[in-house]
Amino acid sequence: MFTFRAVLFLCLAAALQAQTPALGRALTPEEVRKLDITVAPNGAGLPPGSGSVSAGGAIFAQKCQGCHGAQGAGKPQDQLTGGVGSLASGKAVKTPVSYWPSATTIFDYVRRAMPYTAPQSLTNDEVYAVTAYLLSIDGVVPKDAVLDAKTLPAVKMPNKDGFVRWWPAPPR
Amino acid sequence: MAQAADSIGADAPEWMKTPGRSFSGYGMPAKSQDKVQRTFTAGPGRPGTGVSRTPVHLLEGTITPNGLHFERHHNGIPDIDPARHELVIHGMVNRPLAFSVEALMRYPMETHVRFIECPGNSGGYIGPQPTQASAAAINGLISCSEWTGVRLSTLLQEAGVAPGAHWVIAEGADAAAMSRSVPLEKCLDDAVIALYQNGEAIRPEQGFPMRLLLPGFEGNINVKWLRRLKVTAEPVNARDETSHYTELMPDGRARQFMFVQSVKSMILRPSFGMTMKGPGFYEVSGLAWSGAGRISKVEVSADGGRTWALAALSEPVLSKALTRFRLPWQWDGRPSVLMSRATDETGEVQPTRAAWLAQYAPGQFYHFNGIQSWGVEADGTVKNVYV
Repeated sequence: MFTFRAVLFLCLAAALQAQTPALGRALTPEEVRKLDITVAPNGAGLPPGSGSVSAGGAIFAQKCQGCHGAQGAGKPQDQLTGGVGSLASGKAVKTPVSYWPSATTIFDYVRRAMPYTAPQSLTNDEVYAVTAYLLSIDGVVPKDAVLDAKTLPAVKMPNKDGFVRWWPAPPR
Repeated sequence: MAQAADSIGADAPEWMKTPGRSFSGYGMPAKSQDKVQRTFTAGPGRPGTGVSRTPVHLLEGTITPNGLHFERHHNGIPDIDPARHELVIHGMVNRPLAFSVEALMRYPMETHVRFIECPGNSGGYIGPQPTQASAAAINGLISCSEWTGVRLSTLLQEAGVAPGAHWVIAEGADAAAMSRSVPLEKCLDDAVIALYQNGEAIRPEQGFPMRLLLPGFEGNINVKWLRRLKVTAEPVNARDETSHYTELMPDGRARQFMFVQSVKSMILRPSFGMTMKGPGFYEVSGLAWSGAGRISKVEVSADGGRTWALAALSEPVLSKALTRFRLPWQWDGRPSVLMSRATDETGEVQPTRAAWLAQYAPGQFYHFNGIQSWGVEADGTVKNVYV
């Protein structure tokens, strides 16, 4: 009798554990497309559109320069340009251009978080343009560059190979 | 009111001689505790960006009161309507799903005490001279709460993770849409979608209506106001895992995805700003923690590290939670240097400050876990010192 009860209990417990509430609402591909603002280093997630260095310069002067200084030289907020080649000098100047490994990160971050007082207000073309402008200051892209979903992920950042993954464990 | 000479009220304090105040809907600390506050400086032009620090030296035990939990925001605290907030899981899954707050409340929940520490905590220790500031100013970017919520693995199983997936991109619903890449392995392990903090709904400063809780991982990746989890093959190199929270080494390369907050401890009593009231008995009291598990021991030195004594650990000693240590100390009134050195259950021991610094390029301040020291002067003042 004891054994029989124990088995019954175990069966019930197993049945209970096998089920989870499943209360998620199924999303349509269109809903996912609107929500997904992630841009990967390989360019996955980049939207249609394009922007030139010159268009970016005009937008930067109007919407970014007040915080980040002329040509992104910094002050009062973060420095965005310069510092290329400084990382091993003992006086590293870490900027998006000198430090970040992927050009796509500039697009991803500007589009989701900038300008600070009006995030998510720039059009996709404007974000491409501002990204192109920032990368042009230190010559990472030429002054006549136009960035889009194809050309942006192809930009070779100065510190592309400068990061060492510490997960799941430090390299041996 | 005049008291008759033979009533006991003549010798009683006034609060025993008049009815006390009535009830309140949400109680507040005692009036005399009004100095126990988070400290912060808001940057000009961006009032919602930066940090506020837990007054660790003014608290006891291990649980941080909700109103004193440290804060780190990237563009302020969003005012989220929970009825319009959903957690979306998509990407490399068989079924993209959206969970309302109401739906998540119906899931099986679990409760764990866990610390959260900003990887920038104690970064001042890289300075050439010791910072003369309170333990909170130096070490206040750490807090510990009892978190309750839904195991993330349950939700990921419902969505059905596709083969080849290794990462989950988490995103918050703040004005910075703060985003981080999280190892899938961690999401399927002890990760929780936290809905409650110390028994009440999670505070807006901590992510209301929900935050990602990744026990033992650096604070920033415990994404607040969590709205979206995208399952991917590779990390995204988000701004806050490249620009910030990466550790530059002397050769110019940087460590990326060093998530775990290593074993660490701090003495809080005595600490800077307190004055010893002459020779005699004192209890040395502090906190220890490790993102890798439980604290196994804390040693305390009163002679600058020449000799060490084992401190008592207040039970319960929990994994990835703050542990309170205490040691009785008979101060002889002579200059002394107090230090604490913690070891966790994996055998990891806190390094010296010098050994820690040697790993990194100048100016790199994330993940400092070196041994800290307080100098007690003969006049009883307590200073921050380097040994």
